[in-house]
Amino acid sequence: MLISQSVRRLLVAITCAVFAFIYLPLLVVLVNSFNSSRVFAWPPTSFTTQWWQRAIANDGVRSALATSLKAASVATLLALILGTLTAFAVSRYQFFGKSVVSLIVVLPIALPGIVTGMALNAAFSTTLKPLGISFGLFTVILGHTTFCVVVIFNNVLARLQRVGTSLQEASADLGAPPWVTARLVTFPLIRSALVAGAVLSFGLSFDEIVVTTFTSGPGLETLPQWVFNNLFRPNQGPIVNAVAAALLVISVGPIWLATRLSADPASAGGRI
Amino acid sequence: MTVQQESQWGQSSVTAPTGLLMRMSRSLNLRPRARLALLLSAPMLWLVVLYLGSLATLFAASVWSVDSFTGLISHTFTTANFTDLFTNSIYRIVALRTLGVAVLVTVLDACIAIPIAFFAAKVMRSATGRAAFIIAVSMPLWANYLVKGYAWRIMLDNQGVVDWLGAPLGLHSPGLGLSATVMALMYLWLPYMILPVYAGFERLPNSLMDAASDLGAKPWRTFRTVVLPLVMPAVIAGSIFTFSLTLGDYIMVKIVGRATQLYANVVYDNIGVAGNLPFAAAAAVFPVIVVVGYLLAVRRTGALDSL
Repeated sequence: MLISQSVRRLLVAITCAVFAFIYLPLLVVLVNSFNSSRVFAWPPTSFTTQWWQRAIANDGVRSALATSLKAASVATLLALILGTLTAFAVSRYQFFGKSVVSLIVVLPIALPGIVTGMALNAAFSTTLKPLGISFGLFTVILGHTTFCVVVIFNNVLARLQRVGTSLQEASADLGAPPWVTARLVTFPLIRSALVAGAVLSFGLSFDEIVVTTFTSGPGLETLPQWVFNNLFRPNQGPIVNAVAAALLVISVGPIWLATRLSADPASAGGRI
Repeated sequence: MTVQQESQWGQSSVTAPTGLLMRMSRSLNLRPRARLALLLSAPMLWLVVLYLGSLATLFAASVWSVDSFTGLISHTFTTANFTDLFTNSIYRIVALRTLGVAVLVTVLDACIAIPIAFFAAKVMRSATGRAAFIIAVSMPLWANYLVKGYAWRIMLDNQGVVDWLGAPLGLHSPGLGLSATVMALMYLWLPYMILPVYAGFERLPNSLMDAASDLGAKPWRTFRTVVLPLVMPAVIAGSIFTFSLTLGDYIMVKIVGRATQLYANVVYDNIGVAGNLPFAAAAAVFPVIVVVGYLLAVRRTGALDSL
C-alpha cells in the first residue's frame, strides 16, 4: 500500500514511543537494583552491587529459587508427555469431539487463573487431603502441569500440521517399522518444536503466581511468591529490587532460544 | 527383503524391539482407534478428571454454604450466595468497575497495537526488522509478572520516575490507584494484543490493498474499508486475552491500586481472608460466564481460528 512520507514518519514515531513505553519500566527496575539508597528514591544517587550480593546470599531467595526450578522442570516434563500425545491425536486422527479436546486443552489458560486456582484448591482439599496428601510441591506441580500442556500442544501441533505426514509415509513405504520411523523421522522433525515448547512451558511455570498461591502449602514458597510476600516489606526493598532485576535478566535467555528454535516466531515466540 | 532391511536399520543404531513389542506395534498399526485411545487416554484423564473435575467441584460448591458456627461447609443446596451477589450493591459496583476497566484496557491496547502492528507487517520491508519487532514485543511477556507490576509501582508512585520525568514539563503522575491499575494492566496485556494483530496483518495479502488503491481509494479509505475489517478478527482474538486476563487479575491491583478493588479481589478475599469457599465459588461464576459468553460470541467472527 502506498503511504505518504509523513504517515510513514508518524508510524515510525508511534512505534518508537510504544517501545519506549514497553522498555522504560523494565530499564527502571534494572537501574534501580544498583541504587545504593536503602529506601526507594529516584533518581538514584550512587551505584552499588551490594543488593545483588545480598540477594544471592539470601536463604529465602535460594530456597524459593530451588522450589521454582523443581516445580517448573517436573511440570514441563509432564506437560511434554501430555501435550505431545494430544497434539498427535488431534493432528493425525479424525474423531468425534476433536474440537472439544482442543478446547479443554486451552481452557486452563483461557479461564482466569484465580478460577483454575480455586477449582484445583477445592478439588485437592476434598480428594487429596483424605488420602493423606497435603498441599505442597506435589500439588503445585499438578496445577502447573495443567496449564503448561497447552503450550507444548500448540507448538507440536503447529509443527505436525506444517510438516504433514508424507515423510512418515515415505519411511513406511521404504519398509521402516513404526518405531524406526518414529525415532528417525518423526522425532527429528518435531524435536525443535518440543524444545521450544518446553522452554515456553518452563517460563510459564517459573513465573506463575496465582495458581501457585492456591495450590501451594504452608512453608512452600516459589520465587514469585517470595517476591510478592516481600514486596510490601520496606526493609526488604533493595533485595526485592535485585531479585526483580535478576528475573528480568534471566528471562531474556528463554525467549531468545524459543524464537531461534521455532520456525514461526509470531505464534510461538509469545505465550499465545 | 525384510531381512535385508532389518540389518540396514540395525546399522543405524536402532535397537530391534523384542517380539512382544513388535507384536503390539503390529496390532496397533492395524487398529487406528486403539492408537487414538492410547494417545488420548493419559492427557484426557488428566484434563478431564483433574481439571474439569476440579471445575465441577468448584461450581458445585457455589450452591453450598458455610456454617457460621463451625466454619465447615454444609453440603445443602442454597442459592443464598447468588442472591447475595445480586442484591448487594457493592458487588454490582465492583463488577461494573471491573468490566469498565477490562473494556478500557482492551480498547487502549487495540489503539496501540493496530498502528504499530500495521507498521511492522505492512510498511517495514526487511524481514530481519520484522523478526526483531516480534522479539522486541514478546520479550516483556517473559519478564516476570510481578516485576512488571513492581516496575509500574516505581514509575507511578509519588516521587517516582514519572514525576521525575514530568517535572520539567510540570506534569504529575496520577499516583497509585485506579488509573495506575488501568495503566499497569494495559502494559501487561499489550503483547497479547500486538502479536495476534501483527499476525492478522501478515496474513492480509498486499494485493487487496493494491486493488483498493488501483480502484482509486485513498490510503486512509483503503485502511478503513479494506484493511481494518479484515484484521478485526485478529483484534478480537487479542481482546479475548486482554479481557479475560483483566477479569481474573487481583494481584496487580494490590500492587499499584492502593485500596481499589476489582472483581477478582472479591473472589480472593472470600476464599483467603473469609475462608468462605462457597461464596467465592459463586462469585467466580461471573467472570467464567463473561469469558465463556465472550468466546461463544466471537466464535462466529472467526477470531478463534486466528489464535
